[in-house]
Parts: sequence; C-alpha cells; structure tokens
Amino acid sequence: MREVLRIEDLTVYYYTLRGVVRAVERVYLEAGRGELVAIVGESGCGKSTLGYSILKLVPPPGRILSGRVEVDSVDILELEGDKLRHARGELVSMIFQDPFTTLDPVRRVEEQIAEVLLEHGISKEEAIDRVYDLLRSVGLSERLARMYPHQLSGGQRQRVSIAAAIALEPRVLVADEPTTALDVVVQKQIMDLLDSIRREKGMAVILITHDIVLAAERADKIAIMYAGKIVEEGPIDEVLKEPRHPYTKALLASVIDIESREWPQAITGQPPDLRKPPPGCRFAPRCRYVFDKCRREEPELVEVDHGRRIACWLEERRL
Amino acid sequence: MIAVYSRKLLGRVGRVSRIVLEGVPPTGRKLVYVGLAIVLVIVFMAIAAPIIAPHSPTAPSGRPLEPPSREHPFGTDRLGRDVFSRIVYGSRTVLWVVAVAVIISSSIGIPMGLISGYYGGVVDRVLSMIMDAVYAFPSLVLAIALAAALGPRPENAAVAIAVVYIPTYFRMVRGQVLQLRETPFLEAARVLGIPSTRIMRRHLLPHLLPTIMVVFSLSAADAVLTEAALSFLGLAVRPPTPDWGFDLYSAKGFARSAPLLIAIPGFMITVLALGLALIGEGLSERVRRTR
Repeated sequence: MREVLRIEDLTVYYYTLRGVVRAVERVYLEAGRGELVAIVGESGCGKSTLGYSILKLVPPPGRILSGRVEVDSVDILELEGDKLRHARGELVSMIFQDPFTTLDPVRRVEEQIAEVLLEHGISKEEAIDRVYDLLRSVGLSERLARMYPHQLSGGQRQRVSIAAAIALEPRVLVADEPTTALDVVVQKQIMDLLDSIRREKGMAVILITHDIVLAAERADKIAIMYAGKIVEEGPIDEVLKEPRHPYTKALLASVIDIESREWPQAITGQPPDLRKPPPGCRFAPRCRYVFDKCRREEPELVEVDHGRRIACWLEERRL
Repeated sequence: MIAVYSRKLLGRVGRVSRIVLEGVPPTGRKLVYVGLAIVLVIVFMAIAAPIIAPHSPTAPSGRPLEPPSREHPFGTDRLGRDVFSRIVYGSRTVLWVVAVAVIISSSIGIPMGLISGYYGGVVDRVLSMIMDAVYAFPSLVLAIALAAALGPRPENAAVAIAVVYIPTYFRMVRGQVLQLRETPFLEAARVLGIPSTRIMRRHLLPHLLPTIMVVFSLSAADAVLTEAALSFLGLAVRPPTPDWGFDLYSAKGFARSAPLLIAIPGFMITVLALGLALIGEGLSERVRRTR
C-alpha cells in the first residue's frame, strides 16, 4: 500500500536564549490510507512539535533543520506562501486538545466552518450546503449552526473543530491529544467519530497522545517517542504483545491493569533536559537493562521485523 | 436599495455595540449613556446648524459687544456677530477636525499595531521604534509644529492631530495582540490554511474592539482639546470661520467687559471633551473589572 504520509529524517530544534532544545531528532514515520498512527510519549518528548512540523507550523524560536514531510508525494516542508496555506486544510489539518479555546468565541459555528471552505476557493452557495453536510457527518444537529461556541458542550465543540478540520477532506489529520480535556464517555464518542471518518474518507490520522491505553484501543500502528526520538515503532498488536524497547516495556508496566492485581510500576527518574541530552542512548540513565555501550553510542532506529523498528542496543545482543 | 443598505448598517452597528457594551457594568453603562447624550446633542447641533442658528455666523447682525438679548441669546462679539450662531456653527469645525483626525490615526495605528504584534520579529522592532520616536515628543508641541508647518487649514490641523495619536492606537493594539497571539483559536485558524490577513481582520480585530473603542473616545476627547489649542494659536482655521478655540482667542481682550465671549466657547470645548471622555471612561470599566 502506498503511504499517504511519509516523514523522513525530520529534525526540529528550538533556539532558545538558554540553549538549543533538540526537540525532534531524525524521525522517520509513515502512515497509510485510513490508518491511525499513534505517537505516544510523555510531556515534553517532542510529540507535539512533531505534529506541528507536519503542517510546517513549528512556533518560533523553533526551526525545522532537515527532513521531508511528504503528503501524497508533496513535500510540505518545501512549500511556501500561498501554496503552503492551501496545503494546510487541503492536504493536512489538525485538531487540538482543548475544544474550549480552539473556536473563535465571537463567531457562529457555521461561520467558522464556512470560513475554511470559502478561503479555499469554494463558492458561497456550495459552502453553505457543505456546512450542513459536515455538521451531520460529525453527528451534530443543524440547529447548532447558528450557535456560538459558548453555547456548546466540550464534546460538541470538539466535533465542530473536527468538522472544520475535515471540511476540505485532507489526506492527513493530526490530532494532538484530542480527547484529553474531555471525560471518558465523550472521549469514546470522539474517538469513534475519528475512526468512522478515517475509514470513510481514507484519511490517515496521526494521534498524538500520552495515553498508551487509548493508543492500544484505537491505533493500527504505534510509535513510541522518548526525548525527541522514536524508540520503537510497529503494528499495534505486535508492539503490545511483545514490547522490545525497555522504555516501551516501562510504559506498559506503568498502566493500571485491574485483572492482574499488580501495582503499576512507575518509571524512575526524569526525562533528560533536551538542551543537553545524555551521550549515547537518551533513555540510558533510566534504563534497567543499561550496559556500557548504551552510554557511549546512540542506537539508530533499525528494522528488526517486517514493519517493526527499534532503537536499542539490546537488539544487537539478541542476534 | 437604501433600505437594504441602512438595515445592513444598522445590523452592523448593533453587532459592534453589542460586542463593545458586553460585560460593561451598569455604572459604566450610565457613564457611556450620559457621554453619548452629550456628544449626540452637539452632533445634532452641527448637523442642524442652519435651522438652529438665528443669524449668520460670519456676517455682523448687530452692534459690537451687545449684551445678551432675545435677538442675541449670548450677545455679540467685537465685530457684531451673533455669538450663539457662531457657537452652533463652530461645532461643525471641531467635530470635523476631530473626526477626521481620529479616523486617520486609527486607520493607520490599528493595522500597524496588528501587523507588529502578529508578525513580531524585525517588523515589530522597526515599527515599535518609529512609534516610540513619535510618542517621545510632547504631543501638543508636535501637533503645533506640524500644524504650523502645514499651514492654518482645518484638514492640516486634522492631520497634525492624527499623527500625534497614531502611537496611542499602535501601542494599545500591539499589546493586546501580543496577549492574544498564542490563543488556540488563532492556531486552529492557521492550521486550516486561513490567510494571515483574514486572521487579523476577522479573528483578532473583533477581540480588540472594546479596547479600541476606549482609546477611540479618550483620544477623541483629547483631540478636542488639542484642536482648541491649535485654533487658539491660529493654526487650525482662518477667520471668519467659526471655531470655538479661535473664538476664545478673539475674546481674550474682553474678559472684563464681555465675559460670556470667553465663557461660552470654553464651556462648549469642555463639555464636548467631557462627553467623549465619559464614554471612554464608562467603557473602560469593563477592562478594569476583568483585571
């Protein structure tokens, strides 16, 4: 299957006054039609920066140093000006964590969705029809079209954001913690909605989350990120059944499992300061299986099985 | 046709006033209404001047320095012109100059503030530096210098006053944009490929409206006084054009013999400035409360 999204060798640094933050380093990632790829990691591991990079929207002082982000064979990072503006919305778009602040409080729902269509060259008459179609397709009643965001619930607002994001049927939708601010019931509804949309429209969804359980339930593929790098990646079933990177194991062990009656295991220590990451493997200081090579040399992400990639020196020992 | 347009205009006025008055506490609203009433009375006076004024503002209609009478409610000036008529017509000059000045300075200051705050970086630094340079001048001195250089015409006075108030709009707008710049709904608009100009106009500007209205009315109040000062110095109008500030100047030799000649224009200047200031003060109660 031809991939819809292909990220190659992406590196993003933040040039702050207190040093260079190496937020994303040498990341490779692919997503196919209708696939949901979860990027999982703790706060500050660079997963949101990765998400913004897909739209070439890294906030200053961040800079994309190298890499390609191909959507349908178009390199987003090469685009400039009006072409880039059109790519956002038409090829890739994004939804955010907090539905309470992502809608303009002084504009009606219909205006916010119609604006996207109008600014991408769709006629007024068509835009009006499409707004109602979109509202229906995200499970909202047409009655809400005339309302202002403050009149809606959190779930409804997130649905409106999704309607605006999918208005132009982009090939890739980046969902940055889309359900974190919502309660579990609404969370399930929103995830169901994203599932049906991606299946129906063949849209690849990049789900950025810190919740490995959510990823486990929904994703086709999972990429575990730690300190700016992807440490393990593969089909969700295989990764969950047989996690091979120590960090993935630790993450899975930190989840409460009611059936096993075991206490979740916390990961000791803190993630490294990305201004001066440790030499060698970035996870080495917190790793239970660490040996001297880990502290000297940085492991590359290598394919160990079909579609399964891991960056860990332990893999070398297995051979 | 006209009906459609006026309904559209009314709708827009209603929408703007709703945004502006939203969240203004009752005490503030009272101030706004009182100020608005004062200003509207003076505006009405300017529009209906030919109906209200009993005499010509520029031709003598009696003997010089007549005391108040039924014929001349406020008496006549040193050239025998009706003071009441001159006051009524004089409102046209002030309002015109102030309106033009405020429109010019806001239509330059607001977009510059938006651009500066939204884009940041070098653009912001250059614009801020220019604005700070203008702001650093004492405003009245700058206005006098400009008006003197341009010559004593109302439109020149308006330009001179406008230049003085551009930095006020600029700084206010820029500060607000900096606060709003990182809000998620702007981010969300960028993600969807909405052009920056539209984001500024449609998503930033409405949120600045309450603050802009405060600056708008306060700077207008200030501009009334500056206009009076300029015309007092003979830098705004040429005689015999009626103008409150200039009439004040012409009356300065008669403070003892005909005190009304000074009192009436002075009073009108104060009242108009007060009316505008009340609107601004009332509206700013909301800003103060949220702080």
